[in-house]
Amino acid sequence: MSRGWIVVWQHHNEMLHGLLNTMWLAALAAVASLILGALLAMVLMSRLRPVVRIATIFIDAMRCVPFLLLAYFVYYGLPSLGLTLDNWTAGLSSLIAYNTGYMAELLVAAWRSLPADTIEAAHAFGFHGFGVFRRIVLPPVLLNAAPMIGNQVIQIVKDSAFLTIIAVAELTHAAAGIQSTYYVPFAAFVAAVLLYWLLCLGVEQFVGVAEAAAGRRR
Amino acid sequence: MSFYDWLSLLQGAGVTVLLSLSGIAIGLPLGLILAVVHWLRVPVLAPLVALYVSIVRAAPAVTLALLIFFALPSAGIEIAPIPAGIATLAISTSAFDCEIFRGGLLAFPRDQVEAALAFGMPALLRFRRIILPQMLHTVRPALINEMTLLIKASPAIAVTGVVDITRAAVRIGADTYEPLPPMMAALVLYSLFVLLFVIMQRSTERRLRREALA
Repeated sequence: MSRGWIVVWQHHNEMLHGLLNTMWLAALAAVASLILGALLAMVLMSRLRPVVRIATIFIDAMRCVPFLLLAYFVYYGLPSLGLTLDNWTAGLSSLIAYNTGYMAELLVAAWRSLPADTIEAAHAFGFHGFGVFRRIVLPPVLLNAAPMIGNQVIQIVKDSAFLTIIAVAELTHAAAGIQSTYYVPFAAFVAAVLLYWLLCLGVEQFVGVAEAAAGRRR
Repeated sequence: MSFYDWLSLLQGAGVTVLLSLSGIAIGLPLGLILAVVHWLRVPVLAPLVALYVSIVRAAPAVTLALLIFFALPSAGIEIAPIPAGIATLAISTSAFDCEIFRGGLLAFPRDQVEAALAFGMPALLRFRRIILPQMLHTVRPALINEMTLLIKASPAIAVTGVVDITRAAVRIGADTYEPLPPMMAALVLYSLFVLLFVIMQRSTERRLRREALA
């Protein structure tokens, strides 16, 4: 057993490289899906019936499909429609598409619980369209939804592990690489699980600090 | 897609259903036991449960599946792909179930426990007759939600070589050079499976709302 830990330690550069890639993937996917999710939430809260219907279908589809199937679809399926992506682009864009649906859903839930008089007051003060959204709606919605957004970011980190199957060099891929060369499965995968754990604790800490900071500014 | 392709896809669906349901069936009682241990603040065990829940909740299903399938044999325990897949899903869902059960236990109204105490009910009877039935009722929607998440994490077990819906669809796509039809069929199969749970959830939520009104 101790040989395993020595081997993993000798290859800590590869593990850290994988961890860094996981962090990059998750951070990019989180920011992009949050922005796209906010736009999608705007669409869902609008009164444009046909567009709302299309957005709802998209979200329902994302909620029904397992992430790995979506990643396979983007990587293996889209080329037959004439769109070929390398494994990194395919992995990242499927992470973004998948989580945009979830982000939109939880932002809409927070939006619906917003008191209507705030928005009416904004109208009375002459705010219109996107201005209302950016200045009046978005700040409290983001603040109220912060814990849910944090949970979703953790979900993104966990989903990114699926991308090892399409050979994206993230943390699980690094661990699997070390294990298949030196046959040290226990140490390699336990190390990976512990690194994921630290990463998720970090995300929770970050959300807590951000919430406290936003609370102080209010 | 030929008839044979459909057959292998349905076989994959059978595997997904079998593994998901087995994972749920093992994960639920395990999660309940963990939640009770944590809730009763059992010395030594309760902090261990908290640590287990924290780590397992952060562990991706793929990584967990690789750990169980490859590491157990190196510790001298031979494990076949199907049991390894069930163990992965059960362990990963048990941590989430534990948190749901614990939330239900913490939210349980104190006065009912006190009333049961006043009637002289011993602890085990109190738990079995008063707390458990009502708690199970309130946490059901959250549990069903977790079941749908488990189904969507289930393709992770493909790393052990099990051929589930996703794996079968990818294989057919690679054989026929037409990946889209099997993937669409897989999406429909997953949606139907998830839909069953969503319907179950909606009907429980409706019943809860009716009972709240009554």
